[in-house]
Amino acid sequence: MSWSEFISMGGYGGYVWSAYGFAIFVLVINVIIPMRRRGVVLKALRQFIVSQTVQEK
Amino acid sequence: MIYKKYASPKNFYPLAGRLIPWLGVLTVLLLAVGLYWGLFVAPTDYQQGESYRIIFLHVPSAWMSMFVYVIMAAAGALGLTWKTKLAEVLASACAPIGASFTLVTLVTGSIWGKPMWGTWWVWDARLTSELILLFLYIGFMALEASIEEPRRAARAAAVLALVGVVNIPIIHFSVEWWNTLHQPASVSKLGAPSIHPSMLVPLLMMFIGFKLYFATVVLMRMRYAILEREKHTRWVAEVVGTKAQ
Repeated sequence: MSWSEFISMGGYGGYVWSAYGFAIFVLVINVIIPMRRRGVVLKALRQFIVSQTVQEK
Repeated sequence: MIYKKYASPKNFYPLAGRLIPWLGVLTVLLLAVGLYWGLFVAPTDYQQGESYRIIFLHVPSAWMSMFVYVIMAAAGALGLTWKTKLAEVLASACAPIGASFTLVTLVTGSIWGKPMWGTWWVWDARLTSELILLFLYIGFMALEASIEEPRRAARAAAVLALVGVVNIPIIHFSVEWWNTLHQPASVSKLGAPSIHPSMLVPLLMMFIGFKLYFATVVLMRMRYAILEREKHTRWVAEVVGTKAQ
C-alpha cells in the first residue's frame, strides 16, 4: 500500500480523516483544559491562603 | 479500611498525583498501537471499504459515553447517600469527559453515516437517544454551575444524573427495539462477536485505551477540584504553600 493510497482511504479519505481529526482534537482538548485549569486554581488558592493569613494577623 | 483511607481527599490527592503519569503513558501506548492496528493492519471491510475504519473511534467512544454516564450516576448516588465528598467531585469531573465522548460518537457517526447511508443524520432511535445523552450531560453541567453552594449543586446534579440513567438501556437496546438505519451491534457480551478478530483486537485496544484515557483525565480534573473544595483546610494550605516556592 502506497502513502497516497493510504491517505485516499479508497475514496473515503475525507470522511475517515475528518472523523479521526475531530476525535483527536476533542481528546487533546480534554487533556489541555485540566492542565491549564490546575495552574489557574493553584494561583487563586495561593492568593486565597495569603489573604487568610493576612486576616489572621 | 483501604476505601475509607483513599476516599479522604487529603490522601486521594497525592495518590492521584502518582497515578496520573503512569496512566497517561499507558493510555498513549494503547491508543498508539490501537490506531496503528486499526489504520494499517486491519483488513478492508468487504461491504464498506475503507470507510469502516471510523468504527475504531466511533464504537469505543459510544461505549465510553454510556460507561462514563453510569460512573457519573453511581458516584452521584454515592454522594447523595453517604455524602462522600470525593464521589461528588468524581461525578462532577465525569460530566465534561462523558459529554466529549458523546460528541465524538455523534460526530464520527454522522461522518460515517454520510457515505454509508447517504445522510448525515436521521431521527431514529439510536441517534436520538445518544443525542439525549449529550443533553443530559450538558444539563448536569448547567445545573451544577447554576447553584453556588457546591454540596447543594452536587446533590441537584446527582438527582438529574440518576433520572437520566433510564436513557442508557434505551440507547443500548434501541437497535433491537425499533427499526433503525443504525447497524446492529458488532460486539455483544453474550455470544460470539460478528466481527473478525483482526478488526476486533484493535477495537478492544482502542476501548481499553479510552478507558485509561478517561481514568487519566478524570483524575486530573478531580485533583484541582478537590483543592478548591478543601481550600479552608490545613492540608491544602500546605500543598499550595510548597508549590509556591
